[in-house]
Amino acid sequence: MPEFFSDTVALSRIQFALTAIFHMLWPVLTTGMAIYLVVIEGLWLKTRNLDYYHHARFWSKLYVLNFGIGVASGLPMAFQFGLNWAPFSESVGDFFGTVLGFEGTMAFMLEASFLGIMLFGWDRVPPIVHWISTILVAFGANLSTFWILSANSWLQTPAGGTFVNGKFVVEDYFKAIANPFMVNSFLHMFFATLETSLFVIGGISAWYIINQRQTDFFSRSLKVVLAIAIAIAPLQIFIGHLSAEQVYHYQPAKLAAMEAQWETVPAGQSADWSLVALPNDKAERNEWEVKIPGALSYLLELKPKLDQPVQGLKEWAPQNRPHMVGLIYYSFRIMVAIGLFLAGLMGTSVIQWLRGKLSANTISQQKWLMSAWVFAAPLGYIAVETGWIVRCVGRQPWIVYGELRTVDSASHLPAGEVLFSLLGLTSMYVVFFIAALYFGSRIIRRGPNLELPAPRTITQREINIQPAQHERDRRPVEAQQ
Amino acid sequence: MEPLQPLQQFLPQVWFFILGLFLFLYVLLDGFDLGVGILSLTASSEERRSILMTSLGNVWDANETWLILMGGSLFGAFPLAYATILNALYLPAVIMVVGLILRAVSFEFRENADSKLVWNIAFGVGSFLAALGQGFALGSVFEGIKVDEAGHFAGGIWDWLTWRSVIVALTLIQGYVLIGSTYLILKTTGELQKTHYKTATIATWTTLVGALFITISTPLISEQARTQLFTAPLIYIFALIPVFGLLLVGLLLRSLSRREESTPLIYTFLVFALSFIGLGFVIFPNIIPPSITIYQAAAAPSSLVFMLTFIGFLIPVVLSYNIYNYVVFRGKIVDET
Ligand code: HDD
Ligand code: HEM
Ligand code: HEM
Repeated sequence: MPEFFSDTVALSRIQFALTAIFHMLWPVLTTGMAIYLVVIEGLWLKTRNLDYYHHARFWSKLYVLNFGIGVASGLPMAFQFGLNWAPFSESVGDFFGTVLGFEGTMAFMLEASFLGIMLFGWDRVPPIVHWISTILVAFGANLSTFWILSANSWLQTPAGGTFVNGKFVVEDYFKAIANPFMVNSFLHMFFATLETSLFVIGGISAWYIINQRQTDFFSRSLKVVLAIAIAIAPLQIFIGHLSAEQVYHYQPAKLAAMEAQWETVPAGQSADWSLVALPNDKAERNEWEVKIPGALSYLLELKPKLDQPVQGLKEWAPQNRPHMVGLIYYSFRIMVAIGLFLAGLMGTSVIQWLRGKLSANTISQQKWLMSAWVFAAPLGYIAVETGWIVRCVGRQPWIVYGELRTVDSASHLPAGEVLFSLLGLTSMYVVFFIAALYFGSRIIRRGPNLELPAPRTITQREINIQPAQHERDRRPVEAQQ
Repeated sequence: MEPLQPLQQFLPQVWFFILGLFLFLYVLLDGFDLGVGILSLTASSEERRSILMTSLGNVWDANETWLILMGGSLFGAFPLAYATILNALYLPAVIMVVGLILRAVSFEFRENADSKLVWNIAFGVGSFLAALGQGFALGSVFEGIKVDEAGHFAGGIWDWLTWRSVIVALTLIQGYVLIGSTYLILKTTGELQKTHYKTATIATWTTLVGALFITISTPLISEQARTQLFTAPLIYIFALIPVFGLLLVGLLLRSLSRREESTPLIYTFLVFALSFIGLGFVIFPNIIPPSITIYQAAAAPSSLVFMLTFIGFLIPVVLSYNIYNYVVFRGKIVDET
């Protein structure tokens, strides 16, 4: 048996990576789409156009599918810190645990309680109460992003206290919560969930348009998406840029890894930006690379010559800097490329919209544009995952940057025990992933139910349509739509 | 050791109480949830299973969230306990997590699947595994966790598996089945309801046997429980708990035989509350029995105060919107009109 299988730390890391990466796939959509649902339901209340109501019902089917797996995969996250990272938990629990406690009480509970009303309460509460429930669900989800990003940012830039004998003693909670990375990282993540969800919704809408199914109905959702995304996509690039700047200031070793920069570029010189490279960890150099002269100095300081040096990886001893430089380097480039592509797609679509090419009868002629939207649907996820890889792998060898090493943080468990849970979770996750794709595409192929009558709590007169004839449904609430 | 300041004593006690409250709410609420899940394994038709799952549709997530809340708050208030207990109970905790995961995904997958069999089984088995893992965890915390002077886990990976923890686990499963059946009595009608009067009665007896066994054997086996419980004034309280417990079980059985609809659930809740108070007395002031006290495991006083200011006042808020959720969806399930 390779040595690896008896290395508890390595196994715990793989398990954390696997569970976090898998978990991340689902909340991305639920947090972002919740905001979209608030908008669409607001439009329904305002215009009383049944199309918007049917949109709300249709998208919430995908929403709840994701939600279930989000909760399921979140559970191991909540316990894993104690299970696999007991020394870490004990050392930073005073702060880190507090924040997770806040996340539970403030965010998860809010979301979970009002979700019931949002999904099953259409006929039970007045429309405005329903809308407030949807708002609270969206608020809860984004509050959860806030707290978890505060916790994670604190791991990147620990503030608000000191480590005494390996235990973190908090002096100022607000400083710790609002640590240097907090604001920007939260914004970047907030926009990431929104952007990813918008392109998923847009991509699915475009798929219907290409297939000439309910073109009118789905050009509506596409336009709502466009209207929200006009601001988001370019802004995300700007905020991402600010993220890179904060990394440059606080975690120069991570920046060096993102750029596969082995040698230091002293102040007063111009730094090149590497476009493609083949980093070699062992030899401490890039086997091969294509550079854009001077570009990095512009990216970091907007100047042709640097004020501050860009430190190279060799400045740190191998045990003090991140490894897997290639992974970090390419993850970063993939994320940036996706960010630029999505903003470009956004721009093109808006131009076509202004030229009147996206009206209900002409939109299906936009074959290329619609295909590009379908292609863009999964890209947000890839950007999110690669972003986290940059952030977490780039932070290594530290779990709390500069203070606590990952190797010292793992529980002393027999490797077999961790292998057992790792294999168990992996096999379940594979099944869930396939099942989610299968059921998700099934919901999409079936399409929306446009026959669905308005909620019983709304008088038919009020919405001014011919009341649809329908049998009283005797199935339990859950089985109806 | 220096004597503890009043604040250093008071704050951990408050947090012990709050965590107890969270755990109690979790056990009651997810208790009926898991109980219904276990019962679904015995449901005779797809229609019945569908009603069982509908009865949980709007609440299962909120119910489970009490556990997350408990976990997060334990992490913040007693980091050492969070780390050591989970470290010691790795396998039961993994069993529980796997069970809860299976349950959570089954709701959605079952809803969308044509052939529901796989997800029905996943739902029932998941509920059972979750209850089993929790039972073992409870049983072994009860038995005591081996730690070194610093409070770190120092035992072996199978420490949690003893004949007593097996009995605790079985009793907890029975208890969950009991709450689950009384919840279904409240939420259903007709034949389905009749079935659950039967299961509730059986589960009352099996739970009673398990609980009696645990109550009697605890002081016989545990040194700490003996000294703790057999000194005044606790002896009086300890003596009263079984008396009230038996009384409540009597009332519960009576309400079941009279086919009352909501009282069985209430009596069951009260029985659980009573056992919980008993449990609290046995464990307090320890948080990792038999030797680590809440004072040793607590976070710094400033942390406890900070958490209390934010979480403390939210507890009534959280409770009220949870109650609102139940109010909106009150009433029987099938009868939608
Ligand atoms: C989707 C991905 C993702 C997400 C949402 C998170 N991380 Fe991360 N995390 C990773 C992706 C990742 C990773 C890339 O997979 C790492 C880096 C190296 C590794 O082994 O796993 C990892 C490692 C990692 C580890 C364990 C071991 C290690 O560093 O090697 C901890 C304790 C954290 N991170 C902490 C967090 C916290 C507290 C997060 C939330 C606030 C968080 N991560 C979100
Ligand atoms: C490693 C850190 C993380 C931990 C410990 C964690 C923990 C959890 C847990 C326990 C749940 C289930 C709660 C429930 O029952 O509803 C959950 C769900 C959720 N997580 Fe994470 N999570 C982490 C990373 C993230 C990140 C980075 C985000 C940012 C978007 C996030 C956003 C959410 C949201 C919004 C939910 C609720 C919605 C849903 O379940 O679909 N989480 N998380
Ligand atoms: C050109 C555009 C972009 C740039 C320059 C950029 C830059 C960055 C940088 C430097 C980080 C690392 C932060 C750290 O380690 O502390 C990061 C993280 C991240 N990025 Fe991007 N990014 C861009 C686009 C995107 C897009 C389009 C998405 C998703 C839709 C995304 C999602 C993420 C996520 C989820 C993280 C990790 C969490 C966080 O730091 O908030 N990024 N990004």
